[in-house]
Amino acid sequence: MDLFFTMLVPLTIGVIAIYATFRRVDVYSALVQGAGSGLETLTRIVPSLIGLMTAVYMLRASGALELLAGALAPVMDRLGLPPELLPLMLVRPISGSAALGVGAELISTYGPDSQLGRTAAVMLGSTETTFYTIAVYFGAVKITRTRYAVPAALCADLTGFLAAAWAVRVCFG
Amino acid sequence: MTMTVIWTGMVALSILCGLATGRGPEVAAAAVEGAGAAVELALSIAGMLCLWTGVMEVMRQSGLADRLSRLLAPILRRLYPQAARDRAAMDAISANVSANLLGLGSAATPLGLEAARRLARHSPGVASDALCTLVVCNTASIQLIPTTVATVRAAEGCAAPFDILPAVWLASALSVGVGILACKLFARIWRD
Repeated sequence: MDLFFTMLVPLTIGVIAIYATFRRVDVYSALVQGAGSGLETLTRIVPSLIGLMTAVYMLRASGALELLAGALAPVMDRLGLPPELLPLMLVRPISGSAALGVGAELISTYGPDSQLGRTAAVMLGSTETTFYTIAVYFGAVKITRTRYAVPAALCADLTGFLAAAWAVRVCFG
Repeated sequence: MTMTVIWTGMVALSILCGLATGRGPEVAAAAVEGAGAAVELALSIAGMLCLWTGVMEVMRQSGLADRLSRLLAPILRRLYPQAARDRAAMDAISANVSANLLGLGSAATPLGLEAARRLARHSPGVASDALCTLVVCNTASIQLIPTTVATVRAAEGCAAPFDILPAVWLASALSVGVGILACKLFARIWRD
């Protein structure tokens, strides 16, 4: 099983390349073209990453996050969530770049293979930037009465966070 | 404008809290550190992130997304009974879901918006049940291979950055499942 996950990247790339070759796709130009658009995405997120990570670093250094995490620790504990992950849960629905910054910081501080680092990674991988998505969709089709979309989406987010902590406990003991 | 309030609030709170707890110098140091750390993070994930968007472009051009979309259509018709007769809307929804599954974010949004436009025609200004379900499904992550977070883990020296996949699938499935259930439940009890 370990070997499978180690080989997942080369295997995925290989299988897709072979399949696409048989479907007569110009694999190499597609790859290069896609990599270029990845660079565009990256340059697009760097400015907001700079702004948000500055604020997140300041917030962390000021002790405000510890105070908030400390105040909410009993609730978080009861739910099986490590209080250290509270900042990530708070920014996740609002900003993708901020969540990436906070998550990367947690993964680097606690280590990618620690329980906390893994939980942070799973939270990032199993949730989306909820409010941004809602704004884009309802803005594009000019919906003003959003009815139950926001509460239902937040139910899904909360479940994602709880399930991330639970799934890491189940999968990694 | 929301981000302005949040960002300014974060900065003001840090300064106030830093001064109150006597951590002023740490806040000052952090203010000049964060920007550099952001660029470092971007650089450390740049290579693998671009490689993946490249692989995804190959996947898109090979028609894998279309195939998946046809496979998903019958399931999605059950999820959107109100829209099942609108062929174009259902096609857009299937394509949106399959693009989301494959992590083709830049393709998923225009497809999702096309579906939303068609669903919204029946009830202008008000989010119908089908539209709520579509939006909630898009606020939940169903990406099968979460490449960005795996890239961050790899950059931090993780030997098997994808070993979190089963946990991600479990958490994603539960989150989407509860989101859809919440929509179905709210659709019955919501009074507006």
